[in-house]
Amino acid sequence: MTAATVQRARPSGFRISKRALPYLLSLPALLVCIGILIPFLTSVVYSFQRYRLSQPWARQFNWGDNYISFFTDPKFWNTLQVSLLYAGITVVLELLLGLAIAMLLQKRSTLNNFISIMLLMPLMTAPALAALMWKLMTNPGFGVLSYLASLIGLQDFRWASSPSTALLTVVLVDIWVYTPFIMILLLAGLRSLPTQPFEAAALDGVPRSFVFFRITLPMLTPYILTATLFRLLDSIQQFDIIYAMTQGGPGDTLTVFQVEAYLNFFQSTNVGRSAALMIILWAITYFLSNIFIKNWLRLRERARGQA
Amino acid sequence: MYEKEKDLIDAFMRGQVDRRGLIRGLGALGLAAGTAGTLLNFGQTRALAADFDWQAHKGKTIKLLLNKHPYADAMIANLENFKQLTGMNVVYDVFPEDVYFDKVTAALSASSPEYDAFMTGAYMTWTYGPAGWITDLNEWIKDPAKTNPNYAWDDFLPGVRNSCAWNGKPGGELGSEDAKQWCIPWGFEQNNITYNHGMFEKAGVKVPGNMDELVAAAAKLTKDVGGGVYGIGVRGSRSWATIHPGFLSAYANFDQKDLNVSADGKLSAAMNTAESKAFHKQWVQMIQESGPKDWSTYTWYQVGTDLGAGASAMIFDADILGYFMNGGDNKMAGKLAFAGFKANPAAKAPTPNIWIWSLSMSNFSKDKDATWYFMQWASGPEHALFGATKMDFVNPVRQSVWKDDVFREKLNKSYPGYVEMFDASAPGASIKFTAQPLFFDLTTEWAATLQKMVAKEVPIDEGLDKLAESINGQLKEAGLG
Repeated sequence: MTAATVQRARPSGFRISKRALPYLLSLPALLVCIGILIPFLTSVVYSFQRYRLSQPWARQFNWGDNYISFFTDPKFWNTLQVSLLYAGITVVLELLLGLAIAMLLQKRSTLNNFISIMLLMPLMTAPALAALMWKLMTNPGFGVLSYLASLIGLQDFRWASSPSTALLTVVLVDIWVYTPFIMILLLAGLRSLPTQPFEAAALDGVPRSFVFFRITLPMLTPYILTATLFRLLDSIQQFDIIYAMTQGGPGDTLTVFQVEAYLNFFQSTNVGRSAALMIILWAITYFLSNIFIKNWLRLRERARGQA
Repeated sequence: MYEKEKDLIDAFMRGQVDRRGLIRGLGALGLAAGTAGTLLNFGQTRALAADFDWQAHKGKTIKLLLNKHPYADAMIANLENFKQLTGMNVVYDVFPEDVYFDKVTAALSASSPEYDAFMTGAYMTWTYGPAGWITDLNEWIKDPAKTNPNYAWDDFLPGVRNSCAWNGKPGGELGSEDAKQWCIPWGFEQNNITYNHGMFEKAGVKVPGNMDELVAAAAKLTKDVGGGVYGIGVRGSRSWATIHPGFLSAYANFDQKDLNVSADGKLSAAMNTAESKAFHKQWVQMIQESGPKDWSTYTWYQVGTDLGAGASAMIFDADILGYFMNGGDNKMAGKLAFAGFKANPAAKAPTPNIWIWSLSMSNFSKDKDATWYFMQWASGPEHALFGATKMDFVNPVRQSVWKDDVFREKLNKSYPGYVEMFDASAPGASIKFTAQPLFFDLTTEWAATLQKMVAKEVPIDEGLDKLAESINGQLKEAGLG
């Protein structure tokens, strides 16, 4: 029997050349990427079209007209302003509250663990359902929050139905739902910090405020940045809470990007304008993500002593 | 079936015995109402089958997309008769109204052949028709080989039937000669007043006869009924649905329009006239003084449930909303009454704008002939009568049902004033909007402006001028103005 015969007789499975292997391994990721890119690129194309489903005969490329019209439209600037304001207020307040709660629960104990699990309950509620619950709680006729407000002298508090308090109301719902998310991330961060710097500070009798601002906060910054990034991206794309509570009203008080885009597509069937709004929202989130990720990487490098 | 009962039912089908006589006769033969109803359905099925080849599509299956609604419930309750009559199978998906039209838009815009027919409103066909998503039903209605001889297309209330027909030209008259029948009316709502007569008595208020009286009555009810009850419930959410019920019905009674249509077919905003501004001032004042505190979040649901729960003294909304609140487990069941409403003292009759739940055929249906068999049965006189008398299929769209003694008696017994209200306002009932493809854009913006006015964010004159300017810009941009 020759050597060649022996080689042929050996059980040979499916063979992959060394050059093809990396491509094959990355194929699933590539497929997922294509699955994401196709609708994205389609949206980009639509955003450059005059495309209204109810006027199919008028469909044509208008190139930048959808975008240009936004810049001269005060409603668009209102949308931008409301979206950024909503995202800014919710993220800052949730961060402060989440950090405070995390610090209160930092010490491992059965009670603290139980409380931290209970505090996660709102996060498990669908935001649209949470909004409906709050709508009932703020009902001026029978809502418990309206009753509580009346006890402190706010007899006719209109909550989401008044332009002056609508933003505050939806921000409260957002805080109720999402603060536990920040809390749990920061709690994990706090509990994973090395103990030595804190022990040394305690031995030296360093004031607690100094420990917080000079030791805890800098060491916790990567976690804070991560939590902020996630929440910022989510809240600037807020839809369900606002739509379920006010449909973007009263007036144009809460017409954030997602609500505007939704109404443009599903109600007005204006695909071109809706797509353009979503592309602008994508650009904003991309820009914000870049800032955060760059800062996060810089901090990580510094932590490794390479900065 | 026993011969005597069968003969009696056949005589009814031939028109020799009226409905009251039939029921009396069946009672005399010792049949309970339930059994009589079942026999009647059998009889109707046999009668239908005698004149038309209902079995032409035997073995086929069609799929429907339905909104969760008493009209859909009535159809489902009677569906077995259709299956027996045709040998066809019908499957369906039912969605709640909050997401229903999103589902319809998603299915149709994707050219999905999943659904053959679906429930829709006439306003929606102003988008679906020009988009090529639905079929002009004239092809089937006018074909005697495809439509059973008892279908009686002329039996539909003319204003309602015409409201489902549009020629596709922006500003084109509904029901014109060249109009396409985009949908078949199924059931409809007139916008009138439903009131709590106990509260009216307590406050010493009579049923308002015009807009001035309505504003005054609502204010007096808010002041005098007590217990946190407010005077009038109307919709206020940031949606087209805020404009179309009471608001537009009263507005149209003053001969005011949403849009002007020029001789060359161009559209322009018409809501900033002096008369319109005066009307808006009254409407806004009424909400500020006597509406619900969180009016800007009110949809039909809150308007209805407040009335049913005794939180409001009256509503100016869909008459069927009042109908449903006057029954069931509602706290105010049996305490509500109905009245047509003529906002303009100079007008001769009410002119309610209407919402029509209708049936449309998807252009992507794989078997349109079979689908039409279902549609003509579901919108036929037999099912309309079944729904109206056995279920809660109000308001029926067929004149013959409104003439039916049993149906009128059912309404008179439990819904005082309903028949009179209907008779007074039906002649003037139709869609008062201008048919055009930007309907939802413009009415949503109108609702948002109304919210700003009620919240005193913008003065009424200025708000309407700005609204008109914005609407004219949008119409121009869309090539309509």
